[in-house]
Amino acid sequence: MTEHATDYELVIRPKYGLLDINWQELKEYRELLFFLALREVKIRYKQTIMGASWALLQPLFTMIVFTLIFGRLAHMPSDGVPYPIFSYAGLLLWTYFSNALSQSSSSLVDNAPLLSKVYIPRIFIPTTPCLSGLVDYGIAMSIILIMMVYYRFVPGISILLLPFIILLTFMLASGVGYWLSSICVKYRDVKYIVPFFVQLLLFISPVIYPSNIVGENLRLLLYLNPLTGLIGAHRACLLGHIPVDFVGLGISALLTIVIFVSGIMYLKHTEKYFADLI
Amino acid sequence: MKASKKEKTIIEVKHLSKKYGIGIDTTYKTLSESITSAVRHPIKTLKDFRSQNETFWALKDVNFEVKRGEVLGIIGRNGAGKSTLLKILSRITYPTEGEVRLLGRVGSLLEVGTGFHSELSGRENIYFNGSILGMKKREIDEKFDEIVKFSGVEKFLDTPVKRYSSGMQVRLAFSVAANLDPEILVVDEVLAVGDVEFQKKCLGKMSEVAEGGRTVLFVSHNTGAIQNLCQRCILLNKGHIINNGETADVISQYLNIGLQVSDKSVFKRDISNKKLAFTDINLYNTKGEIITKSTSDENILVVINYDLNVQLTGVQICFEIFDQNGICILSSTNFDSNIKMRTISQKPGKYVAKCLLNTSFLRNGLYSITINSSIPHVEYLDEIEFATRFEIESPLDITNVLSQNRRGIIFKNLIWQIDQC
Repeated sequence: MTEHATDYELVIRPKYGLLDINWQELKEYRELLFFLALREVKIRYKQTIMGASWALLQPLFTMIVFTLIFGRLAHMPSDGVPYPIFSYAGLLLWTYFSNALSQSSSSLVDNAPLLSKVYIPRIFIPTTPCLSGLVDYGIAMSIILIMMVYYRFVPGISILLLPFIILLTFMLASGVGYWLSSICVKYRDVKYIVPFFVQLLLFISPVIYPSNIVGENLRLLLYLNPLTGLIGAHRACLLGHIPVDFVGLGISALLTIVIFVSGIMYLKHTEKYFADLI
Repeated sequence: MKASKKEKTIIEVKHLSKKYGIGIDTTYKTLSESITSAVRHPIKTLKDFRSQNETFWALKDVNFEVKRGEVLGIIGRNGAGKSTLLKILSRITYPTEGEVRLLGRVGSLLEVGTGFHSELSGRENIYFNGSILGMKKREIDEKFDEIVKFSGVEKFLDTPVKRYSSGMQVRLAFSVAANLDPEILVVDEVLAVGDVEFQKKCLGKMSEVAEGGRTVLFVSHNTGAIQNLCQRCILLNKGHIINNGETADVISQYLNIGLQVSDKSVFKRDISNKKLAFTDINLYNTKGEIITKSTSDENILVVINYDLNVQLTGVQICFEIFDQNGICILSSTNFDSNIKMRTISQKPGKYVAKCLLNTSFLRNGLYSITINSSIPHVEYLDEIEFATRFEIESPLDITNVLSQNRRGIIFKNLIWQIDQC
């Protein structure tokens, strides 16, 4: 029928299916996702004196404050490892997650011109901060390496789980980001809810304290927070001080996948109206 | 007619309709905002609520086809649905009904420079902007030299774009977009930016694209440019296609519409994301009465109201007077009498521009006024075509003074002297 087999045909219709992802299109545009993330990394620390060291200083100072307050004053238990390295191993992942989530949830509104002037796969916009945040995570990682040398920690075989944990955290931040950024297009209330929500989340995630100080009956409740399993496993596989809690990690993985997939579905469902509402 | 392979349909638009709720701009309020506004303005809220149920069809049952290699012009007054059509074709928004079938990649020049970041260098922005427009890195590598040459910013490639003059930014942005290689190119009003030299370059680039066998959709208020570039034209009015045919015919019908309509409906539009938006235009006589008719020995005061939503420097306000044949017989700007206005900065707020129009040069007939605003060479701000019209009806018309039809678009009473020698 067509002269060229490569002819790219596109039909614009009012309605699509529930999980209608155009894989061909995502492949076409894959370089753009990289450029978007690269742009984010390049401009993040422009015109700052400290530059990229902010990525280090943020978790470092939080760790120092936590060590003074929770470690020294409150004598918080820390799985038997020195409190600084204990809290930093949690903060490292927490900082990545909370920054990625905050930026992702406001990303669609912040990038209104990208929505109303050109077509790009919308899903890239809330994904970008979660990708570029990985660079900060990598930079902040150097501190924990120094601390591991100082405190003589050698990670065990479970370190191989690290990429998997990072991937899950990325999916979790993106998934929540898809939900919140899509909602924020219509209801700007999200902008005010997110900082508050992130603040509360810190206290119900095992960053400051180990999850085993919570009693058995409450433990299950804590597991409902997908970060519980991720932060616990992240710390365990880096420090190797306790075995990885596979039950917790499994629950987290399951919840993460549910949030990630439903987030994509919600974004796909609402994206048609973004340009009209923004 | 002949049906060769070349005449393959590239764009097929079938029963395309797009509906907007009229209260669309009120939808992203926060909850508390809705409550306080309901308490403060109960009547307005009630009206808003009622208008929510009212819907507005920006496009209604639009059907057309475009063949490979065709350059199709789309014209229509403000609010006719041109931008909505282009937005659907470039997938920015979705239709309510109907469908569009596109055979090929769509490159859109709806807004040049989207995604430009002022902290990044020219080079980085070329790559970034190119990929937003759908180019692959390899393609950008290949075209890089051409883009740079076209824009004329060679020396400043590694300087952050924020150090560029606004004109340079626009040129660079357009160059990236113009070097796209899509099968379908959608162009909207980009020609309003840049100087004459650059506009010529752009028009040249567009005809080059069309000659290369690609399809171009061109929306513009510039009927001259449409006439030069397009063989076929679509005229939209209130969401319907009212003519689809030879460019010359369509343009003349379009200009006729302009002379017929004189209500203020063109000002009713969503202006929330405009930096500058015209809100009204009125013509007054010397007694301060609003008029639609005048004589050639009375002066008309043209009063243009506009809202400024952001602080801008060097805003040019311009009006153009068209005669019944669609010929622009005069254009006047606020820079004409006071060139210092180029450097004046205006804070956000409501403004009114007044200009006294001496009508002694106008012959009897109907005239329409188009108003537009821009920052010259930088940015196009707003335009209302045929914003208002007026009639000159002098008791003693020169056409009647002579017993034959006198030629000449304008009239000037010149002093004659005849001596016997």
